Amino acid sequence: MAWRRFLRRAKWDRARLEEIESYLQMETDENRAAGMPEREAAAAARRKLGNVLAIREEIYSMNTVPVLESLERDARHGLRLLRRSPLFTTVALLTLAIGIGANTAVFSIVDSVLLRPLRYPKAEEVVAIRQMAPGAAGLADVSDGLRLSPSMYFTYAEHNRTFQALGVWAADTASVTGVTEPEQVRLVEVTDGVLQSLGVPPAAGRWLSAADQVPGGPETVMLSYGYWQRRFGGERAAIGRNIRVDARLRQIVGVMPAGFRFANTDFDLIAPLAFHRDSLILAGFGYQGVGRLRPGATVTQADADLARLLPVWMDSWSNGPGTDPHIYETWRITPAIRSLQKDVVGNVRDVLWAVMGTIGLVMLIACANVTNLLLVRAEARQQELALRAALGAGTSQIVRGLLVESVMLGLMGGVLGVGLALLGLSLFRAIGPANLPRLAEISIHPAALAFTFAVSLLSGLLLGLIPALKYAGSRISTTLRSAGRTASVSRERHRARNMLAVSQVAMALVLLVCAGLMIRTFQALRSVQPGFTRAERIQLMRISIPPSLVPDSERVVRMQNEIVDKLSAIPGVKSVAFATEMPMEGFPSSWDAIQTEDKPTAGNEIPPLRLFQSISPGLFETTGTSLVAGRDFTWTDLYGRRPVAIVSENLARELWGSPAAAVGKRIGTTLARSSLHEVVGVVENVRENGVQEPPPPTVYWPSFGVDLYDPAHVDAARTVTFAIRTGQAGREGLLGQVNRAVWSVNASLPLASVRTMQEVYDLSLERTSFTLLMLGIASAMAMLLGIIGIYGVISYAVSQRRREIGIRVALGAAPAELKRMFVRYGLALAGTGVVIGLGAAAVLTRLMKSLLFGVTPLDPLTYAAVPLVLAAAALLASYLPARRAALVDPVEALKAE
Amino acid sequence: MPRRESPLQSEMLQGTLDMLVLQTLILGPAHGHTIAHAIERGSEEVLQIEHGSLYPALHRLEDRGWIASFWGTSENNRKAKYYRLTPAGRKQLTAQTTRWDQVVRAIGRILKPATE
Repeated sequence: MAWRRFLRRAKWDRARLEEIESYLQMETDENRAAGMPEREAAAAARRKLGNVLAIREEIYSMNTVPVLESLERDARHGLRLLRRSPLFTTVALLTLAIGIGANTAVFSIVDSVLLRPLRYPKAEEVVAIRQMAPGAAGLADVSDGLRLSPSMYFTYAEHNRTFQALGVWAADTASVTGVTEPEQVRLVEVTDGVLQSLGVPPAAGRWLSAADQVPGGPETVMLSYGYWQRRFGGERAAIGRNIRVDARLRQIVGVMPAGFRFANTDFDLIAPLAFHRDSLILAGFGYQGVGRLRPGATVTQADADLARLLPVWMDSWSNGPGTDPHIYETWRITPAIRSLQKDVVGNVRDVLWAVMGTIGLVMLIACANVTNLLLVRAEARQQELALRAALGAGTSQIVRGLLVESVMLGLMGGVLGVGLALLGLSLFRAIGPANLPRLAEISIHPAALAFTFAVSLLSGLLLGLIPALKYAGSRISTTLRSAGRTASVSRERHRARNMLAVSQVAMALVLLVCAGLMIRTFQALRSVQPGFTRAERIQLMRISIPPSLVPDSERVVRMQNEIVDKLSAIPGVKSVAFATEMPMEGFPSSWDAIQTEDKPTAGNEIPPLRLFQSISPGLFETTGTSLVAGRDFTWTDLYGRRPVAIVSENLARELWGSPAAAVGKRIGTTLARSSLHEVVGVVENVRENGVQEPPPPTVYWPSFGVDLYDPAHVDAARTVTFAIRTGQAGREGLLGQVNRAVWSVNASLPLASVRTMQEVYDLSLERTSFTLLMLGIASAMAMLLGIIGIYGVISYAVSQRRREIGIRVALGAAPAELKRMFVRYGLALAGTGVVIGLGAAAVLTRLMKSLLFGVTPLDPLTYAAVPLVLAAAALLASYLPARRAALVDPVEALKAE
Repeated sequence: MPRRESPLQSEMLQGTLDMLVLQTLILGPAHGHTIAHAIERGSEEVLQIEHGSLYPALHRLEDRGWIASFWGTSENNRKAKYYRLTPAGRKQLTAQTTRWDQVVRAIGRILKPATE
């Protein structure tokens, strides 16, 4: 009611004015008719009516909302003031917009990645089943703990009391032939319970069912939405059709909706895992577990539930005759279930919160800068404020005026900031780190907008608070009396500005230290010898030869050998080789224990797990891994099925003391009837899991030879990564030649994961480089703002003290002396800020310990270098305005008053 | 409400002016000039009101929905805003007149008790 009137009153006032006008005319008409002269008639009419303005005011004020009224007045006043000083407004708005924009963008990322639930129905019930196994040496290196074995899956799925559904899955690749040209696709294999756990219904067709995972049953497959669109044009008729996956015909039964992912894994096809239940053993820890908790069940209860089932599992299965199933007790397996959300986000959490904190600090520094500007303005407006106070404006009115002005700045900055954030985020989505989980989901949600609004409002209030408190209560008489006189500057007047500059420097120092630590981390990581050289000259690609295409193992290795030969014939190629996996590629690798002929293991202990690689001759030459002792494999070793092996240097030292001593020793798997392989060579350590992880002890087996687990048969590694050392690595021209070479051997072999070793290496450093980039940008902004802060304080001081400087010059002060005076002032500010900042950094950098590598949070070099850099910048920032002090002409300075 | 309730005295006076305006309009629609002169003449020039003070009263009455307005042409061809009584206004007038009579009678009894 009141609002409606409030909004209409201007219109009403105009109508009323018209009405009064018509009254005057009528009254004048009457008076004239009564015989009054023209001029007197009008005057009498006005007398009769009374004070028109008073009438209008009375009606106008009937329709007021008092708070709104004064707010509106203040806002209008504020806007007028802001318009009148466009330079100040532009600088303040830009600073705020950048600060708020950066905060909005980072908060949106945090919100989208960390805070929003995953896109599954009732996502809070979905958990990743992880297990720790502190007693399983070798596995401790693998950060995601012990995966599940198929037998574990059966035990857990059949006997648990806390899950609605539970299943295991594994990501793999497969080749699809027969649709168009042969194609390598991303395949996820699932057991019953996985799709039920995730709970997303299919977009078309049906889920894989329990019946699909019976060995020998119907061969079925589901498609991802993207693959369905890409290969079948999104036609419903695709369901029921057969496609050839790894040379086996599978019937398409359903399509998952767009945007559906397995945790953080994209896929093209989903195929059922069909375990032969009767031949399962305890081991085979290669599967990721996922489950959906019963409503009300907690993670702790589920942990206890599965822990209870571990003895059941050991009692129900075995690793074969003559083995002790309870040997796994020494592994100390403990379930460590966590919400799938946490699992997906993983260690990005630390990075994002660190970035969020950083950006928050930048915002504070930006606010300090704008506050400084506002203080200068408030100082310049002291006369006006004092005059207003003298004319009867209350303190609260003046405070409100100042606050309204700064809040308006904050809100306008916020609007601009959202625009900047939108730009920034689209840029981020385009160039953002590919391994950031949920990258595609990042956008500005209402929560982020609310956050921005709060930040804008808060920063607006914060900005205005100091000037308001400082000047609202200023004594009228003293201010008015000293009008225009700036002869002496009270210390008190500068205190707020000094404090702001000091805190800016302190905050900038903290950020610079963080960035410095990240640079040192990056350096440390880069200087780690990864176990290969000139990664940018190594071209990688993955080729899989399924048994359905080439059943005979020896034929497989002959084909692979032929590919190596064809590739080697490409001009510019130095060498070619292959292995089950190249370092840092992140494909599932196999781990197992070995036994040595000279030191047999005791019966009741499980020896530590070693990384197993199957490789071709020439691998070490191709990757640049140096041979420490002995020799490489030869093709003759492979075709002759000679029992040979190569071990990594750390493994050789662990088992025999030195690389040289390892050559000639014989090793085998822990299986009783395992054949023994002679160690023919020792190679340098390779950082299999990325440079920040220690290199795992590794055993290299020939890619073809006697089956490690079944000496009666021969076996060949069928899915391998080829490495080509050539200066042309990564070039389009090379890829064409490579494709032709491979297809000349067999036309149905797709190439997958085509990239250079350098790309693989960079990807493993991506988390660190991303953190470094963000911290680098933030601290550069912080430093710039901090330096501007010091510059502002000093140049303001110079302009305020012109008179004093003039007197000093007149009394014979040397210009150099004056310069020194102001530079000292600036350095004192910077020095105080540095000391405070160092203290704060020492505390705060401990929070980022998990992001550091090869450097402590109190790295002396960083702590020494950053203050020096900052001090140098502060020196420059105070020297520039100080130079102006030296140029002051005493006559002019004194005359100006 | 445009304004919080005023003290008794001014409320009474305000109420009186409102009542007079409503009473004037019972004869038919009229514009501000007519209303002002009608009140003056009706009271035989006893109630000398500043004609301007009529307008806030008109605004208030219209806001309460007791009168409604429309633009028309005056008897000597001037554009003028006419007011007319609404049914709610008619009811209000009756209520106010009754109350006024009661008050007047009560005051009269107090001032001249002997004559009864």
